[in-house]
Amino acid sequence: MTIRVGHLYPEYLNIYADRGNIAVLTRRAALRGHELVVESIGIGEQMRPGAHDLLYIGGGQDREQALIAPDLADKSSTIREAVAGGAALLAVCGGYQLLGRGYRGRDGSLMPGVGLFSHETVAGTTRMIGDVLLECELEPGTRRRLAGFENHAGRTLLDSGAEALGRVVHGFGNDGESGLEGCRVGRAIGTYLHGPLLPRNAWLADWLLAQALAHSRGDTAPTLEPLPDELEAEAFRVAAERARERGGRR
Amino acid sequence: MNVRLELETIAARAVGAVSRAAGRGGGTTLPGKLLWKLDPASVDALAARLTSGVVLISATNGKTTTTAMAAKILGGEHRLVWNRAGANLLSGLASALVSARSADLGLFEIDEGALPEAIWRTRPRVVSLGNLFRDQLDRYGELELVAERWRTAVERLPGWTTLVVNGDDPILAELAEGRKQVLRFGLDDPRHARPSLQHAADSKYCVRCGTPYEYAAAYVGHLGDYRCPACGHERPPLDIAAREIELVGLTGSRFRLDTPQGSTAVELALPGLYNVYNAVAAASLSLALDVSPTTIARGLADFSAAFGRFERIPAGTKTIVVLLIKNPAGANEVLRTLEVGVPPVLLIALNDAIADGQDVSWIWDVDFEPLLPHVGRVVATGDRAAELGLRLVYGGLSDDRLEVIPELEEALDRSLELVDAGTELVILPTYTAMLSLRGILTERKYVRPYWDGGT
Repeated sequence: MTIRVGHLYPEYLNIYADRGNIAVLTRRAALRGHELVVESIGIGEQMRPGAHDLLYIGGGQDREQALIAPDLADKSSTIREAVAGGAALLAVCGGYQLLGRGYRGRDGSLMPGVGLFSHETVAGTTRMIGDVLLECELEPGTRRRLAGFENHAGRTLLDSGAEALGRVVHGFGNDGESGLEGCRVGRAIGTYLHGPLLPRNAWLADWLLAQALAHSRGDTAPTLEPLPDELEAEAFRVAAERARERGGRR
Repeated sequence: MNVRLELETIAARAVGAVSRAAGRGGGTTLPGKLLWKLDPASVDALAARLTSGVVLISATNGKTTTTAMAAKILGGEHRLVWNRAGANLLSGLASALVSARSADLGLFEIDEGALPEAIWRTRPRVVSLGNLFRDQLDRYGELELVAERWRTAVERLPGWTTLVVNGDDPILAELAEGRKQVLRFGLDDPRHARPSLQHAADSKYCVRCGTPYEYAAAYVGHLGDYRCPACGHERPPLDIAAREIELVGLTGSRFRLDTPQGSTAVELALPGLYNVYNAVAAASLSLALDVSPTTIARGLADFSAAFGRFERIPAGTKTIVVLLIKNPAGANEVLRTLEVGVPPVLLIALNDAIADGQDVSWIWDVDFEPLLPHVGRVVATGDRAAELGLRLVYGGLSDDRLEVIPELEEALDRSLELVDAGTELVILPTYTAMLSLRGILTERKYVRPYWDGGT
């Protein structure tokens, strides 16, 4: 099958090697006989409703994020409708912040976001930098771990009732205090874990692919045949070890 | 005579000697750390004793090489104190100053983050700024943050300081605007331009208005001949330029150096366009110290390589070539020099200590793709060997041509076994992997310890 991916602002939001995440999705889809068709969606380009099974938005430096912000505001309702219509989505770091209700600066002003995730991000004075290990339960009863790296000044505060992506085992997470990381709405996931997240967390790549296939077929998420994933497992093991040793230290 | 300073200096020297005697990695920063702790203002006082002044050199990429080149050029006319082993924080600078008894000129490479304080403390005669690339965001923060700190530091420079900037870097060119004592250098040979901006290019958008720049020529990353189609911000006229550049694979390069004091032919025993940038930077700061183009050309011709940056080390019947990699822009240029005559075996070592960058995501911004179809076999090693292996697999390296061996010495032996006698093994290590590798090679008596002054 063909999986249609819309990659938002790849020219601007690519600071933490977001192309690596796309490469993982492409390869893991191909190994199961599916073709990933990636369309880049830039400033001023229209998003057609229902045109994508999976949306991707990465992170940028402050300057790049400011450059795309007005255009993203124009696309807000289309993105929210896409997710409501069952499209999968992965938002990383800056992209994760931008998809919330907004970003509150130190002067109290609010830069409005897309409003997909029920959270608000508040500017912080120190950066939260380091290795992270999370425990997630995307499907009831199935707990999986994610290992990654975070680097953010913003504190993201989830609304009560909002679902986090996971619980922080080691590291800072959304705000360094709540013990929660990321956010999930239906098939949409946002996280601070960047750089790229998917190579060493292959199960999440497969989860996203299955959700995208579900959207594409108008069916429930299929079970993908397992891959050997030896290097993936070893890379995860070392990254998780790092989070244990040095995650969440200021 | 400042008695306290004298006592501190003597104590710090003694610590350095003990550290070296104990064989603990050269003691390049230990005495400075002590002095720095005891009395930070000692740096100001020791620097003020240098009668010909202080030169500070900073850049994301190439500061160690540029500094070493400048030392070669200036060594004949000055008694130099310089931080040759790349200890480039204030403590390293303090160490160098402590060990310099009779120097008249200080030549220091300075970490990007430490530059403002180094400027403030040493009141430099010349400041050379080579480039700003995205580098180890976990350590330095975003590029714009570093640029902002540099901007403030430059505004506070004394009027008599000569600012030497790479005019091909939009941020640096803008930072120098309005200053009187400025030398702008760059490259001018569109034959060597990249067909398009690289994936990892950083300053793609106009520093004034945010519109994407148009490049008449992009040489290394975002460095080149740029112009903003909206507001007209463009590369300034160059005071010093490399023209008619010829690259000779992994061997070296030749170019014509045009300066306000006339032109000269330069031969360089280092590969790649990025080293031409380093050479022009070293030449420019030397011109700011009134050195003649002839002396500059002679110094550059005599230069071999800075510590671990590009070294050819005989290892029995084989030769090891070591090229340091540390961020996407630098690694891309190293890989580019390998595209001419791809090595049959490549050993890449990825560590994730603080000096390497704890965040290893940068390897995904490195363009390994053009090289991988042509290389026979790659051995991935280091603390994050598996992560690196994954990157290479996604870059198109087939499983049967990849070996993942986390332990460095084991990986080195395996790689040496894979290359034929009489040929070269190319090793690309990150910083701490390079140090470990040198440790192994020193133990095997292939190289001398670095505190003895290089290979």
